Amino acid sequence: MAINTKINTSKLDEILCRYEYKKSNLIAILQAVQEEYRYLPEDALIYIGTKVEGLSPATVFGVATFYAQFSLEPKGKFEIKVCDGTACHVRGSMPVLNAIRNKLGIKEGQLTTDNGLFSLETVSCLGACGLAPVVVINGKVHPQMTSDAISIVLDTILKEEE
Amino acid sequence: MDIKEEQRKAQELIKQQGLRVLVCAGTGCVANGSLGVIERFKELGADVSVLTDYDKMTIVPTGCHGFCEQGVLVIIPDKHVTYVKVRYKDVDEIYNTHIRNGQPVERLLYTDPKTGEHIHKNEEINFYAKQTRTALANCGHINAECIDEAIAVRGYEALYNVLKENNPDAVIETIEKSGLRGRGGGGFPTGRKWRFTAANRGGKSYIVCNGDEGDPGAFMDRSVMEGDPHKLLEGMAIAAFAIGADEGYIYVRAEYPLAIKRLRKAIKDAEERNFLGKNIMGSDFSLDIHIKEGAGAFVCGEETALIASIEGERGMPRPKPPFPANKGLFGRPTLINNVETLANVPVIILNGAEWFAKMGTETSKGTKTFALTGEVNNTGLIEVPMGTTLREIIFDIGGGIRGGKKFKAVQIGGPSGGCLTEEHLDLPMDYDSLIKAGAMVGSGGLVVMAENTCMVEVARFFMNFTKNESCGKCVPCREGTKNMLKILEKIVAGKGELSDLDLLEELAHTVKDGSLCGLGKTAPNPVLSTLKYFRDEYIAHIVDKKCPAGVCTAMKTIVIDETKCKGCTKCARTCPVGAIEGTVKQPHHINQDKCIKCEACLNNCPFKAITHK
Repeated sequence: MAINTKINTSKLDEILCRYEYKKSNLIAILQAVQEEYRYLPEDALIYIGTKVEGLSPATVFGVATFYAQFSLEPKGKFEIKVCDGTACHVRGSMPVLNAIRNKLGIKEGQLTTDNGLFSLETVSCLGACGLAPVVVINGKVHPQMTSDAISIVLDTILKEEE
Repeated sequence: MDIKEEQRKAQELIKQQGLRVLVCAGTGCVANGSLGVIERFKELGADVSVLTDYDKMTIVPTGCHGFCEQGVLVIIPDKHVTYVKVRYKDVDEIYNTHIRNGQPVERLLYTDPKTGEHIHKNEEINFYAKQTRTALANCGHINAECIDEAIAVRGYEALYNVLKENNPDAVIETIEKSGLRGRGGGGFPTGRKWRFTAANRGGKSYIVCNGDEGDPGAFMDRSVMEGDPHKLLEGMAIAAFAIGADEGYIYVRAEYPLAIKRLRKAIKDAEERNFLGKNIMGSDFSLDIHIKEGAGAFVCGEETALIASIEGERGMPRPKPPFPANKGLFGRPTLINNVETLANVPVIILNGAEWFAKMGTETSKGTKTFALTGEVNNTGLIEVPMGTTLREIIFDIGGGIRGGKKFKAVQIGGPSGGCLTEEHLDLPMDYDSLIKAGAMVGSGGLVVMAENTCMVEVARFFMNFTKNESCGKCVPCREGTKNMLKILEKIVAGKGELSDLDLLEELAHTVKDGSLCGLGKTAPNPVLSTLKYFRDEYIAHIVDKKCPAGVCTAMKTIVIDETKCKGCTKCARTCPVGAIEGTVKQPHHINQDKCIKCEACLNNCPFKAITHK
């Protein structure tokens, strides 16, 4: 699956410069690139792999696929993260996840909705266990979710987007 | 520079703040709207002319108090009051009724669930009354983003004393004597680790703080980093001085953005005061601390994997030896300690090893934080002396099981830990007693489970977690966890056979024996401990094809009670697969061949006529 995003190499150079073209800063570099594009475009990975001393495109690809935070396909405008840590799981995170899937029509294994508005992932723990189950949408933590409560949250977003 | 003088100045600054209103701004309370509460207080406090006893009111955003369930927490120390579940709309009432007119707002006080009494003071709330806070002492009581507040409560005094005495070996000796053991899970004696690393003094070496708190259900390190970052920095500086390191890294997981933000600010402030940087407090000791953000990999909590990750590589563990103490980060001697371990260091230096060693049990000294979550009334972060029993934690501090359900088990130590049951409720908890019981302290996650939790499903849940997080380096872990998960999935789907249990046990031992790092070595623990204590539940799934807790979907049948059904058709309309049949005003029924057991009908029935069978 190759999604072609036009790569702006001057932007990449700026990021690489900020991290001093250092191999040990690779993770921070990839985080900055992902923040820019909302995912890691293949061309960007190749570019980084050829520009930084001691790295190859293969190594960069290896690191990018190792960490859960990195995505090789575009994420949605609204990134939904359903916490499925132990505390959230015990207090019913799965019904909440299913409610989101049903509502947005996201199949298991699918990351982003067809219109690019939402992406959905589970994460293992956000450290907000006292408020389980939690859902994070673009960094905002929604505490003590239920299938009904998340439905209301999503409705609000959908309405604003119309 | 004289630290006592700095303290005096900082305390003076705090006095000038007038009436201090502490509002929790930890991750949990922010989710409950504490930023709005802070804003509203600030707006009201702008008009100081109405305050009678004070010439000023200062709103102090603090770190986590630990009582996340009751957030947003507002504490006014001078008025001896703690308000719970405060929302934006309540702020005016607190301000007008209490701050201006001295009348406590009863409805926002904590209500004791047993007696129904309103409780005013923080320390009288059961949740806090039974705790001993050392690592968390300042969390929730100071403004984490203000270095003066940390200095006022003796922040950096321990570092000052250590640098003044200028005897690194004496520092190591104190830590050894205190009996402090690694709080990240392993329980390795901290002083000994320091001594190993210090043996390589002379060249470049590093201090690394492990803030990759990956255990789902544990958030003590987050709270320290968010609520008292200076204590962590001070602990790191003391450790660096003891082992002769001049550069340090704090590895924080990316899921903790607030912790990262506060640590960055704390480092900057500490550098400005010369508590970090070159020639700290006029001594020969220098230390630079950097922050490294993780990118979402549980295995990076393992020290050698964490080193690989700081170096910018895939976070895969490396064989030991060489131990990091000899050959760690960038090939140099490296000391790696967990956040909570380091947060204990300044307190030990200030109060002495004997003071610390008085707390706890024979082999495990001091206090331990636990993240108490799951089916318990008071969820939150607690700190108790080692050796406290589960009963005290769950029933006194935690206030018992939610909804009056029956206690079943507690999962301790995350995916590496195990389950403890009713028979362990009075076991004094420390590193060694838990290992004996087949569990481990781990990072201190305590997830309470009640009668409605299926232990086989819990084992499946943890195995799914470790399977996903296995880095793939060691074949037994990579393939073993995958196959153990397959068997568990088969069992919860009602297709298990009795021979699967033997196979599970065999695989568990192979994974344990054949893995390099702690992840693989402990991954089978949840399965082994549930098999040990809840074998009957496995057998019920396999032989009777029943889930005793009523959790596993495959073994559930959803039925409509014809005597209760009014034929309102709501369920039939809700059902996503059209499995519910019937005519209006007549009892409906579910076509079991079509039903996918999604429970949408069950949750929506206005007459509670739909139940599990």
